[in-house]
Amino acid sequence: MVREIENSAGIPVVQIATIVPIMLTVGANRIVPGVAIPHPVGDPSRGAEGDRAVRRELLERALRAIQTPVEEQTIFTS
Amino acid sequence: MTRRVVCYINQFFAGMGGEEQAHVPPSARPGTVGPAMQVQSLLGEEAVVVGTVICGDSYFGEHLEEARAECVRLIGEFKPDLLVAGPAFNAGRYGVACGDICSAVTEKLGIPSITGMYRENPGVELYSPKTFIVKTSDSARGMKDALGAISALAVKILKGTPLGAAEDEGYFPRGIRKNFFHETNGAKRAVDMLLRKLAGKPFSTEYEMPVFKRIPPAEPVKDLKNATIALVSSGGIVPRGNPDHIRVSSAESYGVYDISSLDDLTPENFESIHGGYDRVWANEDPDTVLPLDIMREMEREGVFGKLYDNVFTTTGTGTAVAHAERFGQEIGERLKKDGVDAVILTST
Repeated sequence: MVREIENSAGIPVVQIATIVPIMLTVGANRIVPGVAIPHPVGDPSRGAEGDRAVRRELLERALRAIQTPVEEQTIFTS
Repeated sequence: MTRRVVCYINQFFAGMGGEEQAHVPPSARPGTVGPAMQVQSLLGEEAVVVGTVICGDSYFGEHLEEARAECVRLIGEFKPDLLVAGPAFNAGRYGVACGDICSAVTEKLGIPSITGMYRENPGVELYSPKTFIVKTSDSARGMKDALGAISALAVKILKGTPLGAAEDEGYFPRGIRKNFFHETNGAKRAVDMLLRKLAGKPFSTEYEMPVFKRIPPAEPVKDLKNATIALVSSGGIVPRGNPDHIRVSSAESYGVYDISSLDDLTPENFESIHGGYDRVWANEDPDTVLPLDIMREMEREGVFGKLYDNVFTTTGTGTAVAHAERFGQEIGERLKKDGVDAVILTST
């Protein structure tokens, strides 16, 4: 899905998920590793504020990813 | 000793009806129904078709667990030595049903199973490692050939005849490699292959490499402050009650939901219906999968221009690659038309 959206729309798609090898396999070009399979963009164990902070950081990283020129599949770890 | 065979077919091939009967639950009939009659005549003296189990394609797809359990039970009651399902040709739901039942019967009853499908049937990719899927044409016009190939393979298996390579036997590879002594050594075979390649002659590899599609990365967003960003997710987050009946697994559809008036996803307005992960956290706060709250916050702060008015969601578990690709193409075309600049896609 990620690959075909990018292909048909011609716009960058950043995928946030936890199992990086799967994102590499399906052909995502911009990858942000998520927190956990059941809550990729949050961490409920850190309480409401901590959860939001984790989500904010991941989304800021995702926004950096879509502004970054890449030549090949790239994992944005920070 | 005469061996016992059970056939599985859908409501259409049982002569019950088309789509309007696709909801019928599993049932069993003694002896042969529909294509099972031809299977019996092709098996001849080698085996007897003792029963036929029938289930509607939609019923199977929509009640996967119950349908599978009930079909395995009904099939088991006939005490078969082998199951023949379909053939399903290029019918997606039927193919998935045939593949699923074959896999379950082989696993739970410990007997071999055979079905038949066209190469593009999503059932091939899902189930070819778990059962024998004979290659067929794309429609029931190829019934005669399909049943001939299925029955020939059935006889071989029932007699315990050693099988050759999948390619030679006419079924989709199961991902099994068998060791054997070749008459020529590897070095010679490799050079022979190279010479054939150089001469432009056909050759076949002895070790298939997986093929993953790749696309060149899209150009980055230049002006984030004025960019429209869309959220997409395969994490199964949908409005409460799942109004579009997106499947909990093996999804064949996605939903488009207007979030233009929402600032936050809560257990009151959204939920997770994904069948492939523990939904406790997603149901307490769907933002942990589909992060609307923080996206709205950043939109308000002017970090980026605008959050696109709709989210697209489906469940990414057991979803056929062909379906996922179609979702992506349709979503991509819509986003392009609506001038969206980038996508954040979350997956579980």
